[in-house]
Amino acid sequence: MSVNRNVILSLIDRHFQSLLAGWQACLRDTSIGGAQREADAVELATRFLEELRRCVAIAQFDDIRTSEWAPLRAMLDDLSRTRAIQGFSPAETAIFVFSLKEPLFELLGREVGSDAAELARQVWTTTQLIDKLGLYTIESYAKTREEVIIRQQQELLELSTPVVELWDGILALPLIGTLDSSRTQIVMESLLQRIVSSGAELAIIDITGVPTVDTLVAQHLIKTISAARLMGADCILSGIRPQIAQTIVHLGLELNVVSKATMRDALALALRRSGMAVVGRAEPAKPTTAAE
Amino acid sequence: MQIESAEEMPLRTSDDVVRVRQAVRARAVAAGFSLVDQTKIVTAASEIGRNTVDYGGGGTLRLETLRDGQRRGVRLTFVDQGPGIVDLSMALKDGYSTGTGLGLGLSGARRLCNEFDVTSAPGQGTTVMLARWR
Amino acid sequence: MAEIPILKIGDCLLVSIQVDMHDRLALALQDDLTQRIVADRARGVMIDISALEIVDSFIGRMLNNIAAMSRVLDAVTVVVGMRPAVAITLVELGLGLTGVRTALNVDKGLALIRRIIDSEELDADRVG
Repeated sequence: MSVNRNVILSLIDRHFQSLLAGWQACLRDTSIGGAQREADAVELATRFLEELRRCVAIAQFDDIRTSEWAPLRAMLDDLSRTRAIQGFSPAETAIFVFSLKEPLFELLGREVGSDAAELARQVWTTTQLIDKLGLYTIESYAKTREEVIIRQQQELLELSTPVVELWDGILALPLIGTLDSSRTQIVMESLLQRIVSSGAELAIIDITGVPTVDTLVAQHLIKTISAARLMGADCILSGIRPQIAQTIVHLGLELNVVSKATMRDALALALRRSGMAVVGRAEPAKPTTAAE
Repeated sequence: MQIESAEEMPLRTSDDVVRVRQAVRARAVAAGFSLVDQTKIVTAASEIGRNTVDYGGGGTLRLETLRDGQRRGVRLTFVDQGPGIVDLSMALKDGYSTGTGLGLGLSGARRLCNEFDVTSAPGQGTTVMLARWR
Repeated sequence: MAEIPILKIGDCLLVSIQVDMHDRLALALQDDLTQRIVADRARGVMIDISALEIVDSFIGRMLNNIAAMSRVLDAVTVVVGMRPAVAITLVELGLGLTGVRTALNVDKGLALIRRIIDSEELDADRVG
């Protein structure tokens, strides 16, 4: 193994510039995404080759997960992360590493070409190393994509449970879709955070958009209402459709909360309880024009 | 699944319970738990920790940080050589309204964790394992 | 051993729980509070738990006990400053804080105590 390392090491040392130039030419040929991407790749290649030279001198080839290879892995992580976020494919990302093979093998051919057995050994060692680095790049890419997807899922969950302030101290939480335990956690967190930031003492939970209310959904609703009450805010349930009302009674569910059929009625109640009244004006305000 | 790190702590006094809460919190934070998840496991640890001190005659806690692929978890194992729990199924039933006794901590702690296991018998001490994953 | 200070605000008592509680401290607090409710003729007791990162069944029992004892002494108990993560955990834990009213902060707590006392007096007037 040390024999091979020395050959490759001296190769990179003696022919650094032409190796780099050859690699950069390949990168330009296979480049996608315009001049800036190309310039970035070319610049990264220089740093990568320098780091590779350093690693080849001190590290074992058989395991690129050791600490000596860390800076090189970090560069690949960076590259994968950027490319993954920008929407490149895994192949388009790994080609950065794999395209180093062409100039390397060409050099090996010139240096060791006369000795077929030796050339075969060198090519094998080199290809193994490049493959490991290339595969690492793809794994790193996959990890980033996974993180992006998870983050998007989270954002989607949060977006689908908005908390709205209807009036001073009155919040509304329109629930759309089914209420499972993970959704309930998000709902509770959003609602409670809003209670803290707005100081609201009333929250209207509207379930018009919740298709069915069974024992489990009722439990989740009760949990949410209890949590809000612990934060000093009382709740009013609204959007109870006739079928839901029947189901609640059939199942013997005890919700222990004031409920109204419509958000309108819930808001009226909330205003009354807040000591506020809606008063008619002598003349309705004129609609403003675009200029105003 | 592998154990990334582990430590043991004594649970003999209420000051130990305080230290246990802090240690569990630190592990949960290091494992990347959300604030709510941290609170849940620290609360569960407080419940069982108090039981160990108050009813188990004191014991030990083994804290472990686990890794399963991308996920990390925290596992706590409470062991005491105390009198043991007479009626385990009763103790695990939900029943909080009043009273003292082992039952209060167990069912609640179980609800706060992803994994939960208790082994106990009269005269044979009690071992409670609970784990929460990120 | 540290004692928990009890402050008087009008006809209310305010207790701020900052430290980790254990049996002796909890019992001492319950003792002190009941003495002070009588001595100061307090109508309200406010327990500020905004410094508590967790509330387990031990603390829960203590809060319930304080509320029950205050009730007997004709005082209202309000717990204020519960953190959202604590509220969510308590609900999951299934711990019922019976007889304990809650408010977001000390100001709202005082207002709540006022409202309750006033409406109780209103009821009393009506009956009497």
